[in-house]
Amino acid sequence: MASLELRGLAKSFGAQVVLDGIDLTVADGEMLVIVGASGCGKSTLLRLVAGLEQPSRGEVILDGRDITDRDPAERDIAMVFQNYALYPHMSVFQNMAFGLKIRGLPQADIRRRVGAAAEMLGLGDLLTRKPRALSGGQRQRVAMGRAIVREPKLFLFDEPLSNLDAKLRVQMRADIRRLQRRFAITSLYVTHDQVEAMTLGDRLVVMREGRAAQVATPMEVFARPADTYVAGFIGAPAMNFLPARLTAGGHGAALAAGPAILFADGPRPGPEGRGLTIGIRPEHVQLDPAGMAFAVDLVEPLGSETLVHGRLADGEGLVVKIAGQAPPGEALRVALPPAQLHVFDAGNGTRLEPETATVGPLAGLAVTG
Amino acid sequence: MRTRTDWLAHAVLGLGVVLFAFPVWLIFAGATQDAGAINRGDISLLPRLSHLGIFLSVLRNGDGANPTPIWHMLMISAGMALGIAIGKIVISLLSAYAVVFFRFPFRMLAFWTIFITLMLPVEVRIIPTYAVMADFHMINSFAGLTVPLLASATATLLLRQVFLAIPDELVEAARMDGAGPVRFLVSILIPVSAANLAALFVILFVYGWNQYLWPLLVATDPRLDTIVIGIVQLIDTGFTLTPWNTMMAMAVLAIIPPVIVVVAMQRWFVKGLTEVEK
Ligand SMILES: Nc1ncnc2c1ncn2[C@@H]1O[C@H](COP(=O)(O)OP(=O)(O)O)[C@@H](O)[C@H]1O
Ligand SMILES: [Mg+2]
Repeated sequence: MASLELRGLAKSFGAQVVLDGIDLTVADGEMLVIVGASGCGKSTLLRLVAGLEQPSRGEVILDGRDITDRDPAERDIAMVFQNYALYPHMSVFQNMAFGLKIRGLPQADIRRRVGAAAEMLGLGDLLTRKPRALSGGQRQRVAMGRAIVREPKLFLFDEPLSNLDAKLRVQMRADIRRLQRRFAITSLYVTHDQVEAMTLGDRLVVMREGRAAQVATPMEVFARPADTYVAGFIGAPAMNFLPARLTAGGHGAALAAGPAILFADGPRPGPEGRGLTIGIRPEHVQLDPAGMAFAVDLVEPLGSETLVHGRLADGEGLVVKIAGQAPPGEALRVALPPAQLHVFDAGNGTRLEPETATVGPLAGLAVTG
Repeated sequence: MRTRTDWLAHAVLGLGVVLFAFPVWLIFAGATQDAGAINRGDISLLPRLSHLGIFLSVLRNGDGANPTPIWHMLMISAGMALGIAIGKIVISLLSAYAVVFFRFPFRMLAFWTIFITLMLPVEVRIIPTYAVMADFHMINSFAGLTVPLLASATATLLLRQVFLAIPDELVEAARMDGAGPVRFLVSILIPVSAANLAALFVILFVYGWNQYLWPLLVATDPRLDTIVIGIVQLIDTGFTLTPWNTMMAMAVLAIIPPVIVVVAMQRWFVKGLTEVEK
């Protein structure tokens, strides 16, 4: 296993810029998950790393060696494809053994490696079957097995679970994570599913239109999203966004819907009246008799919790997630706890950290005293 | 409702079978009858069992007009049909492989050039082709019979469609497994398109078997007569009466090899024509 480094990786197809300078490192044994909407360039990034596509700019460094110009076969990288891409005319055994045979491994070694991988993946009884006689989950395992037997330096996964049904997906997700942990397989995992991303990744890369919007641990991305795009993408139901203005001294935000809220963690920079976007997750909004008026227009019971859709006094939409059942009535009152607010610039959507904060991107600009 | 449609379907199918089988039965029955009787137009639908020996004697001894025995003609036909079918498949497999999976200069030009030859079958270019064959001293040779028919736009186009339907990810998986171009062709591409290749083989074999104009022109040596040529040679030349019974016996014999090929490849053949899932 090994570490991977991408330096300024860019790719254009004709005039269309698909990747716009990606810098990343994946540490030895780490699982880095790339998450983003469909079409943001995730697969393209994987294909550049795999060598199936040549970058327009930038370098791919594996284990300290520049492999940008190497053939896919010479990169020591294995890939699990979205639709599995099993060889339809070969048995499970032959599918897994194909790459080893080409590399000229002795028969005995091939049999031992394939046998071990099949055992690990629960494919022991299926070795003579053809792919078309397998279920989706089994095909998925064969695709994994084909990658594992190669004992590569790096694993690439391109939405490997998106063709499975929901239940199987949860199970395979856990299996992949266990395998990856057990063998400390350095992995780059692409998905558009945020739950998969949160549960699988040691770190996440949230991609947007060919750029990395944020690179951080899942909890960090969830707790301190770098901008409104990331904030809206991670978490379900999605975060609420409300327009607001900075109050005097940067101490709070005056919501368009009425009340001003004092920031719990310190003032934000900027002149009074600076445009803000206040973010709050649905589960953090509280019912409060002393709060803002909230006109309910839709109630979605989910069993143990309830989603309540409605509007604030100024007409802004808000989704509230409450434990148990929603109280009856069309008019509720809600409060936004200051400690749970996310503050973003209204213009470019970037996160605004408190001026006195000692962490975060604006820490260097902190004004003390 | 269901039983009625079934009944109707079977009636239509039965009618179709009769329509197709009747002429074949007619020549089979006719082969055992008197040439003179057939010439007069009274052909019986019942074969004369005592005259079934005509098939063997024709096979062994020839038709009387041509010294070459029919078995020899069948061999020439089979050799030509096999040569054409296999040769066409090899050539179009390689050209379709190149056009679909490789990026090289003038790739589309090459493709369109192949495409345009669709409009130039042997019949259209027969004089220049003959001239070329003559220059190569290939007149009256087995190679002369087959080589000009080998280049095949149809098969190339068909295989191109088959290859285009192969998912990119399959190709990429093979690349990551370290398969080079030859390995990919042999270990992945040919097995994956085996059903289509089998279907193509059947079609091309029958195409080769039925060739008439070109063999007529390029092979004047009776030792190179194909069964089709042999049959046509028997037609009434004005001096002799057409030996219809012999002709019909030859026709029956001429049908057998293509039927064997079709039946042997039937499972693959149908799969190759109908299967869409890859
Ligand atoms: N070979 C290609 N030629 C032209 N455009 C491409 C090619 N591959 C991908 N693209 C474009 O690049 C964009 C990103 O594609 P992709 O990386 O597959 O996105 P994702 O995997 O995130 O859904 C898409 O708009 C797609 O149309
Ligand atoms: Mg993709």
